[in-house]
Parts: sequence; C-alpha cells; structure tokens
Amino acid sequence: MMARAQAKQDALSARIAALALPEGLRPARDAALARLSGMGLPLRREEYWIYTDPARLNAAEPPALAAEGEADFFAALDRARIVFTDGAFDAAASDDLAQAGVEIETLSDAASRDIHWVRDFYGSLETQGQTPVARPFAALNTAFAADGVVIRVTAEATRPVELVYRSTGTVSDPILHHCVKVEGGAALTLLEVGFAGARYNTTLEVDVADGGRFNHIRTQGRAHERVANTHLFARVGAEAVFKSFTLSANGILTRNEAVIELAGAAGVAHIAGAAIGEAGFHHDDTVFITHGAPGCESRQVYKKVLKNGAVGVFQGKILVRQVAQKTDGYQISQSLLLDDDSQFLAKPELEIYADDVKCSHGSTSGAIDETGLFYLRSRGVPEAEARVLLVLAFLAEALQEIEDETIAEEIRSRLESWLL
Amino acid sequence: MAALDAEVREGVDRETVETVQAMAGKYKHGWETDIEMEFAPKGLNEDIVRLISEKNGEPEWMLAWRLEAYQRWVKMEEPRWAMLNYPEIDYQDQFYYAKPKSMAEKPKSLDEVDPKLLATYEKLGIPLKEQMILAGVEGAENAPAEGRKVAVDAVFDSVSLGTTFKDELAKAGVIFCSISEAIREHPELVKKYLGSVVPQSDNFFATLNSAVFSDGSFVYIPEGVRCPMELSTYFRINAENTGQFERTLIIADKGAYVSYLEGCTAPQRDTNQLHAAVVEIVALDDAEVKYSTVQNWYPGDENGKGGIYNFVTKRADCRGDRSKVMWTQVETGSAITWKYPSCILRGDDSQGEFYSIAIANNMQQADTGTKMIHLGKNTRSRIVSKGISAGKAQNTYRGLVTMHPKAKNSRNYTQCDSLLIGDQCGAHTVPYIEVKNNSSRVEHEATTSKVDEDQLFYCRSRGMDEEEAVALVVNGFCKEVLQALPMEFAMEAQSLVAISLEGSVG
Repeated sequence: MMARAQAKQDALSARIAALALPEGLRPARDAALARLSGMGLPLRREEYWIYTDPARLNAAEPPALAAEGEADFFAALDRARIVFTDGAFDAAASDDLAQAGVEIETLSDAASRDIHWVRDFYGSLETQGQTPVARPFAALNTAFAADGVVIRVTAEATRPVELVYRSTGTVSDPILHHCVKVEGGAALTLLEVGFAGARYNTTLEVDVADGGRFNHIRTQGRAHERVANTHLFARVGAEAVFKSFTLSANGILTRNEAVIELAGAAGVAHIAGAAIGEAGFHHDDTVFITHGAPGCESRQVYKKVLKNGAVGVFQGKILVRQVAQKTDGYQISQSLLLDDDSQFLAKPELEIYADDVKCSHGSTSGAIDETGLFYLRSRGVPEAEARVLLVLAFLAEALQEIEDETIAEEIRSRLESWLL
Repeated sequence: MAALDAEVREGVDRETVETVQAMAGKYKHGWETDIEMEFAPKGLNEDIVRLISEKNGEPEWMLAWRLEAYQRWVKMEEPRWAMLNYPEIDYQDQFYYAKPKSMAEKPKSLDEVDPKLLATYEKLGIPLKEQMILAGVEGAENAPAEGRKVAVDAVFDSVSLGTTFKDELAKAGVIFCSISEAIREHPELVKKYLGSVVPQSDNFFATLNSAVFSDGSFVYIPEGVRCPMELSTYFRINAENTGQFERTLIIADKGAYVSYLEGCTAPQRDTNQLHAAVVEIVALDDAEVKYSTVQNWYPGDENGKGGIYNFVTKRADCRGDRSKVMWTQVETGSAITWKYPSCILRGDDSQGEFYSIAIANNMQQADTGTKMIHLGKNTRSRIVSKGISAGKAQNTYRGLVTMHPKAKNSRNYTQCDSLLIGDQCGAHTVPYIEVKNNSSRVEHEATTSKVDEDQLFYCRSRGMDEEEAVALVVNGFCKEVLQALPMEFAMEAQSLVAISLEGSVG
C-alpha cells in the first residue's frame, strides 16, 4: 500500500515538474495544488481507472503533434467567438466580447481585479466534485490553468458564445479553465470547438441559478493523435435546465468527466455524447450525477460507434440522496461494434437512498443489425450507404439531446460526411 | 415537472418507520440447541489448521494444502470494496472448530445420532429421515409413491451429522457425502477438483476457507447419470462465537444432471458470527447443475445488533461443451452478505443462469450479484436480480459480464430491478460490462422503483390488508426468480419473502 501511495506521488512530481503556478487567483490555485498533492496521480487498475490507462495523461511529455487546421464547425451560426490559440486568448482572432446580458472576460483579466466573483467561484465546484471520487487532473487544471473565460449571464443571451480552440503546434500541453455563472432566469448556449493542443486539459465550471438555462455543445477535434482530458462541473438550481452534448471523432485518448449536482427542486440535467472512432481510439465518458433535491430529472445518453480496435468506455453513475424524492433518472449507454477487434467497457451505476423514485439504466452492445441492413438493401440502398444510415440511426438518440435544430442538423450532416 | 405530492407519502412512511422499529424477534429460527460442544482453542494459527485436519482424519496432502492456504492468507488483506459497512473483524476472537460432543465417535447411521441434534433439524422443518419430501409442504402425505425425494446432508457447526438416502444414491453411482468423508474415501476425485474452480489464492475469504474449512458436502454424478433425487445440504450454526467454514464440491460428469438445494439458519445472538463458505461446481460436457440456495442466517435485530457476516465464494466452471449451470438464490438473512455466485463459461455452447432475490430489512446490508465470464463460443448467460430494501437496509447488486475476444456469437441478458420500501433504505446497482468481440450481444437493464401505488390500491380494494397486498406485489416482483426454484424451495421462499418484509409497511 505504501509503495502504491509513493508511486502516485512520484507520478505527480514528474508530471508537474515543469509547470509553474500562474499569477492571479493564488489562494484557489494553492488550495488546488494542496488537494492534488493529497491525491497523487492515478495508476493503472485503480477502481476509477479500470478501463482507461492514465499513462498518457501522467506522462511528463505530451505527444508530439503537428498543427491541424479544422474547418469552422458552426460557420452558419450567428455567434460570439472567443479564440484560444495554443492555449492562450487570441484577441485578434476573437469577436467583440461585449454582448447584452452577457459579461465575458478572460480568466487572467478577471483574476487581476481586486473584487470579482470569480475569486470565490474559481475551483469551488471542482473542489466539491472531488468527493466521493478523486479527480486529480481537475485539481491539476485548477492549479495550473493558464487562461480561460469567465462568463456571467444576467439575461437571455441573444446569440451563442463559442470557444474556439486552435493549435499551431507550439504548445502541446495547454490547460484552460472556464467559469460560467448563469443568473436566475438567464440563458446561454455555449459552444466549444476544436482541440487546443496535442494533449489538452480543460475544466468548465458552471453554476446555473434557479430558473436559469444552460446549453452546452462541444466537438472535440479530429486529430488522430490528440489526447483530451476534460472535466465539466455543474451545479443546477431549482427549476433550472442544464444540457450538454459532446461529439467526439478520433483521438488516441479522450477522458471526459462530468460531475453534475441537481441542487434545487425540479431541476433538469441532460448530458449526452456521440463518439465514433477507429484504430487506437480510446474514448472514456465518466459521468456522475447527484440528485440532491426533490423532483429533478436527469438523463445520460451515450452512444459509441467503434471500429478497427477502438475502445469505448462508459462509467456513469446516478446518486439519489434521501431528500431527492420524485426523482426521474435515466441512463443509457450503447455501443455499436463494427468489427471483432473493438471493445466496449461499461460500468453503469445507480446509488439510491430515496424510495419514491423512477430510475433506470440500460446498456447494450452488439454488431450492426443484419435484418435492418437486409431491409435497406432490399429497398435498393447500396450496402455502404445502408451501413451509414444504420450508424446514424444508432446515434440519433444522443443527437436528439441537442435542443437547437440548426446545431443538431450541422452535427448530423458533419457526421454523415465523416462516415461516408 | 409535476408538483411534489409529499403529503400522501408521508403518512405511509411514518407508519412504515414506526412498524419497522417496533418489529423485533421475527426471526423464527433464532432458538438454540442446548448441547455440549467440543471446541478447538479460540483463534487462528497453524496449530488450529493442523487440529482441524487431524479431527477430520485427513491425509497428509490435505493438510499440506490447508497450510499452504493459511500461509497465503496471513499475507492477504481483507477486501473493502463492497458497499458494506461493518466493524473490523477480529479473526483471533473466533472459534474455528466446534463439534457436538456426542459426535466424538462418528455415528454409523443417522439412527445413532444424538436425538437432540435430530430434533434440531426436525424443528427446522428438515427431519433427517428418509422421507419423501421436505416437511411443511402441503400435500406431502398425498405424494405418489414414486414422488420426489430429497437426500439431505446436515451440517451442524463444524461437522456433518450424516447424509440420507446414501444407499439409494450409491445404486445410481452418485456419491453424496460430507467433504471430510470424500477426502478419506475418494481422494482421487477431491485431489483432481478441489481448488480447481476457486483456487486457494482466489480471495481473502476463500483462502481463509481453504485453510480452515471443517466440513461441507461432496457430490459426484457419474457420466450419463441423472441424479434420481434432489440433493440438499442444511447448514446450521449453533455454537456461540463460532465461525462456520464449509466447503462444497459438486462434480457433474459428462451428460449428468443434478439439482442441489442449500439452506441455512442460525440462532439469534447479540454478537456477530462469521461464515465464509466456498462452493465449487464443475460441469463437464452436456452436464447440467441446478444450485438453489435459501439463505436465512440470523440477520441481527432491528438495531443491527448481532447477525451473521456472510462472506461466500461460489463459482461454477462450465468446463464442458453444452454444459449448463443455474444459480438460484433467495437471500433474506445475514447482517452482512458478500456473495457473487459466478459462472465461467469455458465450454462452447455452455450456459450460465443466475436468478436472485435479495431482501434486506432493518439494518441488513447485502452486496451480492454474479459474474458471467464468457470464454467459449456461442455461450449464453442470463441474469435476473431482484433486490428489495426496507427499513434502514442497504442492498447492492454487483455484477460482471465479460465477453472475451474468442467468445464469438455469445449472448448475455441482464435485468436487475430494485424495490425500495421506506425512505431510510438504499438500493444500488454496480454492473461491470466488458465486450471484446462484436458478434456477441450484451444487454443490461436496471430499474429502481417503489411499490406501485396503483397495484397496492387494487389489491386493497379487493379486500386485502396492506401487508398482504405488499407481500403479493413483492411476490409478483420476484416471480421470475421464484419460478426458477424447485417446487419445495419456491414455497419456502415465497413465505420467507413475506416474513422478511413483515412489519416493513404500515
């Protein structure tokens, strides 16, 4: 046991040897570093990492990766773009941040002010999200994040805010931390697009106050060699709505953790993901939803299409506290294995302490439906096309979680073009 | 979001809590047999292991095997990953061997067994007579002459008292005896199979068992034989501060069939008692084994005082092609249950099934489930788990389904449903699903709910009182599992479900 604790500490020392704590928000960063030191880094075969080897995340050196340009995903959409190039805010490439009802600043600007709400907020949801399970890479993010955005939404935003990540290949290990506060009755759609570097680590902390609405759509970059390590921490107030959807295609390693707490009565939290990948692709969705108030609804919908030795992982949990009577919890994780080399590894959990609840989870895994394929072919659809149709149909339930029709359509057509 | 209708429920819940609190001593097997016992000294060390081996008149190789296990065990750590909360167990504060004094000379037949012991089993409803079927089943007296017979091996604390129907079974070539007898009489079979499914080093509790198991049952069904009657072992813990460590080994040779039943009870005491059993099943080509358990160890009182700590390793190895093993369990007893009857589906076209009802009431904690390990082609498994929590109990389903790359065209279906009665209890589901080929299909479904108000209302409108109505709804909830049990057991289990939940509703 001692040897293991030491090994976790050694892994941490090696990982952060070259990192320095940035200026600003020092109390929060110091506290995060102390948390991180208490945890160490995960090792193989730890319960929380049984299906994903953390070696690539622990490695002192990130993978080498050439710059990769990616077509603008939501070009058709009217949105406010905030661009991060190689993990740093790129003012020249960004749109004007001024927008009615939405206060946007960079993390470094906000941190330099004497009085700012983000001083108390930064790292607060991450700290809460460290129990019952330690998430060292999130603490690492809070301690060392170079920049990010700080958004406060006071009314219904007129257009989405888009975080665009670009990489020219100069910084391969960017760490970004975003804080979003949606005030009571306000609403925001936040888009995240692209990959920020060869191995990027992002944390998003979102507080949705009573009656607020927050929509999150993310696409994670298609570079085959990239490593993504993301955390999403959300606190959802009474009658507030939180929705998040992530599209992932390719990437040698993706670990997306989401920790959502339904803290007020009748809150809603939906989180969904569609992932397609082949050869060497390892995609891990780890979700923890806590029902901490009565009458809330949560949905987790995860679909993965795996090919040529791709590995899909789902670890999802619904925790219903005793106060959370009348909970409606739903969780589905499914994968479509297109060949014999791919793997699906899942641990869908329920932990329930309230009796008047409706909770269910389902998990399935299998090959493409031959009957469906036969039917389509008998109707004259060529086989390749029929397969794509069936894959899209399989992913549909996850895509349905995207509220905005334009965005949903954009993602659907993009997926189709990748599959064909 | 629908408005919260807290009021309606509150009325029910307050009563539930009160009745649960008021409920004590409902455990009907809580009495003890006053009999002189011979104990090994308290505590565990190599000498105790030697003593147990000597008491059983074991050959040298068996002692060596035990000692090897003991050496491993002292270096192991007790697993704590289950959702179970219990104080540290002092392994030195237990008796590892307890035997009624009257058994000092092994009786030659059941007629010579101490009448007090026979009366114990009589009182439990398991008379050790070669009777047609288990007592307490209606219509037993009308059973046809060629009706169902059940052979019983009765284990009392650390020793087997005797086995019924031995001669008749021997005629069919079936060996059914205590494991200590098998070690002496059939060493070649024991040597070949003991530890081949659950190796000595398997886990903390299995390793402990390997070192100190005192008795248990042994079954061998020869090739092509369909066992002419159901076999059954009844385990009774009687002595205080005594752990029971039984070891069961069942071998079904090619084409054989056997249905095996296991029952267990213990007296009501304030201290916790340890039970760490190992069951190994080997099924060769075309063999079929049905293993049914009704586990009704003393669960402790309503404040969580006393009760059995039940740490059990049960595993079946479907070694042969087309072999089939079916586990059915009704878990109503024990303060702590840690139990995962599993199937290794090694043979092509082999099948594993797991049907479970786990009921936890008052302060009970259960962490139970199964593992289905698919290694062979076209293997099938089915898991149906029904967990019911009431009082302040915690009930966890924990399971693993794994499809290895070579297990082409295999299939698993898992359904785990949880029912919560009262808002002080918990129901949890922790499945692990690993799929490593694409021709196999794995489906997992789980639901958690409370007793359906509409169903209750319907039953009550037909004149049932609330308790009857809940028992009926719960029995309906458990139906799929109850149907998988042999008839006598199903009836016992059904009434046990009702008794276990007695007082859990207003």
